[in-house]
Amino acid sequence: MTALLETRGLNKQFGAVTAAADISVAVERDAVVGLIGTNGAGKTTFVNMVTGYLKPDAGTIHYQGRDITRLHPREVTRLGICRSFQIPQLCDSLSVYENLIVALGIVLRNGRRSLFSRLPAAVPGHGVPLQDAAEAMIERFGLAEFRDKAAGVLPEGVRKLLDIAMALAVKPQVLLLDEPTSGVSSEEKFDIMDRVMQAVRAEGATVLFVEHDMDIVRRYAGRVLAFYDGRIIADGEPARVLADDEVRRYVTGEANALQSAAHA
Amino acid sequence: MIARDRTPLLLLILLVALLAVAPLFPNWQFIGTLALAKGLTVLGLLLLLRTGLVSFGQGLYFCLGGYAAGSLGLYAGVTDALVLMLVGAAVAGVIAALLGFLLAGYRGIFFAMLSLALSMILFGLLVKSRALGSTDGFNLAPATLFGHVIAGAQGRYALYALAAAVAFLAALGMHRYFATPLGRLSAAIRDNEIRVEYLGASVRHAVHVKYVIAGVLAGVGGVLTALTVGHIDPEMAYWTTSGEFVFITILSGTASVAAPFLGSFIFELIRTFAYEYSPNTWQMTLGTVMLLIIVFLPSGLWSLFRRTRSAQR
Amino acid sequence: MSEWLAVIIDGVIYSSWLFIIAVGLTLIYGVMKILNMAHGSLYALGAYTAASLAGYWLAHGYAPLASYGVLVLAAVIVGVVAGPLIERGLLRFMYGRDEIILLLVTYAVFLILEDVVKLAWGVDPYIVSEPYGLLGSVEFADLSYPVYSFALIVFCVAIGGALTWALRRTRHGKLLTAVIHDREVSQAMGIDVRRFYLVTFTIGAMLAALGGALTAPTISVVPGIGVEVIVLAFAVVVIGGLGSLPGAALGALIVGLLRSAAVHYVPALELFSVYFVMALVLILRPEGLFAGAQVRRI
Repeated sequence: MTALLETRGLNKQFGAVTAAADISVAVERDAVVGLIGTNGAGKTTFVNMVTGYLKPDAGTIHYQGRDITRLHPREVTRLGICRSFQIPQLCDSLSVYENLIVALGIVLRNGRRSLFSRLPAAVPGHGVPLQDAAEAMIERFGLAEFRDKAAGVLPEGVRKLLDIAMALAVKPQVLLLDEPTSGVSSEEKFDIMDRVMQAVRAEGATVLFVEHDMDIVRRYAGRVLAFYDGRIIADGEPARVLADDEVRRYVTGEANALQSAAHA
Repeated sequence: MIARDRTPLLLLILLVALLAVAPLFPNWQFIGTLALAKGLTVLGLLLLLRTGLVSFGQGLYFCLGGYAAGSLGLYAGVTDALVLMLVGAAVAGVIAALLGFLLAGYRGIFFAMLSLALSMILFGLLVKSRALGSTDGFNLAPATLFGHVIAGAQGRYALYALAAAVAFLAALGMHRYFATPLGRLSAAIRDNEIRVEYLGASVRHAVHVKYVIAGVLAGVGGVLTALTVGHIDPEMAYWTTSGEFVFITILSGTASVAAPFLGSFIFELIRTFAYEYSPNTWQMTLGTVMLLIIVFLPSGLWSLFRRTRSAQR
Repeated sequence: MSEWLAVIIDGVIYSSWLFIIAVGLTLIYGVMKILNMAHGSLYALGAYTAASLAGYWLAHGYAPLASYGVLVLAAVIVGVVAGPLIERGLLRFMYGRDEIILLLVTYAVFLILEDVVKLAWGVDPYIVSEPYGLLGSVEFADLSYPVYSFALIVFCVAIGGALTWALRRTRHGKLLTAVIHDREVSQAMGIDVRRFYLVTFTIGAMLAALGGALTAPTISVVPGIGVEVIVLAFAVVVIGGLGSLPGAALGALIVGLLRSAAVHYVPALELFSVYFVMALVLILRPEGLFAGAQVRRI
């Protein structure tokens, strides 16, 4: 059985820095995968390569059996892989509602049969007209009180939610979240992830998320990939991976903490 | 909460007002027609500005429209205003479509300078073209509409009414356009191109389309201007002409599709008075006004109306 | 034989003039990231001031040869007065805003200065041609050129050399070069970029005025002479590379020779050729022949 998303032997060098060394990963449908690792370990590079922003020096990426390695991000999105950003990428002068209308409008246009045919009445994947789809998404993500506020003035947590909501607007098969809870207060973290996971489960999308917060990883991930120095040093269930010696030394830093405690 | 879209009604009221008031001021119809014609070009610039782009070269299409109309009249005896507008639109549209492949990849000052260069290329060609009158240009045959002459003192109102109708349709069309998915992409592209690409849309394609629309509008504006003034010359493609359009765009702001025509009227009014009373301070006035707007009213004059309205609530 | 020799000589003469005009523009862009549309009016101011001062000088019977010094002095005066006025009085409140906004601001300044010139000097032409013919002319291969034109070439090379020396050898020059190369890194390393803005803009203004001052004896100085200069200067700077000094020289040479060739062989293409090359460069190599600035391109 072919995996939904599969990378084979991805390599990427930035000068002297190895961002990816022979990354081979297969992700099954409906998986929820956490990507952990220190800064510079290669998590974001991985996400960038899968979404087409970066081209690997070597190796391939296959999605639904199709080679997407050389595709432009726009084409990758149209095929069904969408991402959110570490720093939320929003249209700051537009309101929450307008941002979603833009996203859904793009989905509407892409859903046309040909260049000259009329736009479908319902947004593909949402089943309702444009405005209704936007209102529904606002409800689902709890953004009602911010509906008409400009995205640029929103609190960080809301910006994150909106960013993810826009990514979900295109109804992706694979959703990549780049640090969905970074820069957000501890109380909001779980709220955000709960909403996101609820929406994702309803859609039936496969999720990969980059995270530094191990509590989030433990709670939501069904599988964890630990990155270090461009390589994947552990792959498996959260409990097992997080207890792994190498992971503790190179990623979570617990090994060092225990050592220094012992010496104290 | 869905707000009633008042703009189409507003535009209709403006159209009726323009048509009704004009016969009372026959001497102002000439300026009025010019303002409407130039307003069309500025409407195109409004579209580009909302997309985050400033073109310093709309004079290219403005001039192409004018010369297409003039050449058809001169060499083929065609003087029907509607036909000329269609031809002007087509010529401008084709050229814009071709040049758009090039320009759609640029932003910021490079987009501005490249558009400027392209319009100057046309200028350079026309200035040296003896067949088209080089720097003097040439006069147009009087415009007709369905066989009736609409130039000169008798036809002035007809030409004015035609311009008003075209302006109304263009503004209405533009307003509707901004409600379409592609139209909404303008503001999105201005704010965050990356986001747009990552949602699966092609920014390049969108910019290309908008550039063509702006070109067509400028082309039609050029035809109407040529028919109103009765004369065309290469100056229409000179960068200072394009600069004027940019100035009016800044003056009008991007808030409403009616704004370009309002701004154009004000511009022509100021210009008429300035030339009469103090021709040597006209440009200074322009420059100072532009500076004041940029510093104090970044969204152009229209934001004044918006502010007072919200203050009343 | 003399045909293409004339093309080359005319081309080089025109190139020198273009270089002096363009180098100030490219310097200002390189340091301040501002495409200064007022450059043309500074040129015009220089021409008018030079014509007035030189005219006064010569009318009062002072040493004719010293009138050249007067021309240069006129340029310096314009630069030192107009430069800080514009930079301190207006531009400095606009820093940090979008480059298009700054372009429009300089466009507004251009419009204002065009009328300032008209108000100060009127609309009648100023003709001060004595310095042009003073040095006589030189003849060879049945071509005749005023020595003034060759002096212009020499002067242009001297300016180019002086600027290059200043940028490479002096402390301030090296700092300026760093800022041109990468403004953000320079700021991060502690260079107070804005202090350089005033000096740079003033020098740029001086150079623009110098272009006008040196041209004044060769033309009839009338309102509007600055208008075409702006687009030509832009073309040169874009071709050579925004922010690059050797780029300005190469760009000037290319434009000058090209235009000269067009004038001699295909006069109809004179204006077309310049803007065509500019468009071509923007298409093929947007950063210019010598990369100085980053292109905003998708």
